[in-house]
Amino acid sequence: MSDDEIILSELSDDELVQQMHDDLYDGLKEEIEEGTNILLERGWAPYKVLTEALVEGMRIVGEDFRDGILFVPEVLLSANAMKAGMAILRPLLAATGAPKQGKMVIGTVKGDIHDIGKNLVGMMMEGAGFDIIDLGINNPVEKYLAAIEEHQPDIVGMSALLTTTMPYMKVVIDTMKEKGIRDDYVVLVGGAPLNEEFGKAVGADAYCRDAAVAVETAKEFMKRKHNVHATA
Amino acid sequence: MTNPIEALLAEKGVLLADGATGTNLFNLGLASGEAPELWNESAPEKITALHQNFVDAGADIILTNSFGGTRHRLKLHNAQDRVHELNKRAAEIARAVADKAGRKVVVAGSVGPTGELLEPLGTMTYDDAVEAFSEQIKGLKEGGAEIAWIETMSAPGEAKAAAQAAINVGLPYTYTVSFDTAGRSMMGLAPKDIHGVVEGLAEEPVGVGANCGVGAPDILASLLDMTEAKPEATVIVKGNCGIPQFHGTEIRYSGTPELMADYVRLAVDSGAKIIGGCCGTSFEHLAAMRKALDTHHKSTRPTIETIVERIGPLRNKTANQSGESAEGAEPRRERRRRG
Repeated sequence: MSDDEIILSELSDDELVQQMHDDLYDGLKEEIEEGTNILLERGWAPYKVLTEALVEGMRIVGEDFRDGILFVPEVLLSANAMKAGMAILRPLLAATGAPKQGKMVIGTVKGDIHDIGKNLVGMMMEGAGFDIIDLGINNPVEKYLAAIEEHQPDIVGMSALLTTTMPYMKVVIDTMKEKGIRDDYVVLVGGAPLNEEFGKAVGADAYCRDAAVAVETAKEFMKRKHNVHATA
Repeated sequence: MTNPIEALLAEKGVLLADGATGTNLFNLGLASGEAPELWNESAPEKITALHQNFVDAGADIILTNSFGGTRHRLKLHNAQDRVHELNKRAAEIARAVADKAGRKVVVAGSVGPTGELLEPLGTMTYDDAVEAFSEQIKGLKEGGAEIAWIETMSAPGEAKAAAQAAINVGLPYTYTVSFDTAGRSMMGLAPKDIHGVVEGLAEEPVGVGANCGVGAPDILASLLDMTEAKPEATVIVKGNCGIPQFHGTEIRYSGTPELMADYVRLAVDSGAKIIGGCCGTSFEHLAAMRKALDTHHKSTRPTIETIVERIGPLRNKTANQSGESAEGAEPRRERRRRG
């Protein structure tokens, strides 16, 4: 109905940001692109658009995902909408030297092709300001090691959906130990059949039950890392 | 059309399916990340042993070693061109064990998810999915599978595509969903809605239900919803044997044979017609489940409280506590939606 039509450009900044949170929740890609462009035209710094409109909106999505109110189909649509906004912001963020949270290498382990959860984590982490190097699916330990060597990430993330593939996480971590590099990185693991005890048993720093928790956990570890550096 | 499961149900009332495939193959030396389906050719004696052990433990239905047998899954192991032979082989191995069991044992052809997302979320079309499942189910049928056992599904559309494929190939079918996320499937399907998944297809399923998921208490909560929604349906539960725990380098599931026996009794009382185990369910567990099934008389339908009291707490919330319509899940504020 035309009476209900919302013209984004007629909204105040505050109203527009609220509306963008709603539009992210509803997975409306074009509206997010439009809103992102309007805020930029109004002179908002790209980093402010990212944090206040997109990241905050995805935080709400992430919470409702965590609480079992939203499920994967809805969250994928939200993440796609956010990605569209990110595509506009990314070159601007790089040009303006916006602050970076850290760098993460992420991949699904050997034998496993499931990447829905892993992709969600990647997108949410990127939305939260992390650089993501996505290794895709079916990664043998060599792939993780090569990516660690090449990209020098802060965080290594591993995902598995199958009970037959999740033990492979231990293979990767044990190999990192053998090479003497395990403690140089934060290792986060996730996937439907995992749990906290399992994460501990394979030697990960943390198990993250969903993408929202992954972002919170990653930020927490980065904070600790910075504190260590500050006092060292 | 009578099918082997309905015939056996008429005779026995409640049937025992088998236990875990993947986690038991670990104990036989499968390395993590390896494709179990390749063992149908490279180590058939181990697959035979797996089936034999379940038959000896009292299974009425055994599932073929073909869970990841679609071309999408086999591609990982560069075996996408061997879908037909690997599935046929899987069914032949199970068939040979069933044929010399000395009693009727149904060979069910296991069909797991492709791992791809259907359009519009992903790139796989419904027709592509039907085609991939048909290719697998054809192989299973040719090797002697009597029914297509579609399992661990999450997306309703993918389960429907697999069911359509079974119909095309000419096998009866069952389908089960993994309710592992806040009492629903990862894609948000609630247990009570399972019966409508294949609406519109030419053939009805022989049974529907739940497998895998989280622990035994949670799957029984899902079972109560499924049997309440359609009491006359043949409902299947194949629950995990507790939760996975590492002991040294070995994964073990926390469930004891006693727990799984009690899970069987509760499942019968909750209206399940086919009961089995999923991840972590060993031959020893299954033998305890057989005994429970043979000695138990269906009793009062339990409540969730009774289930928790007898076999432990739920790991996740239940389906009616989740989703956008759940209590307490009201949007934080009035949302403005576009027309």
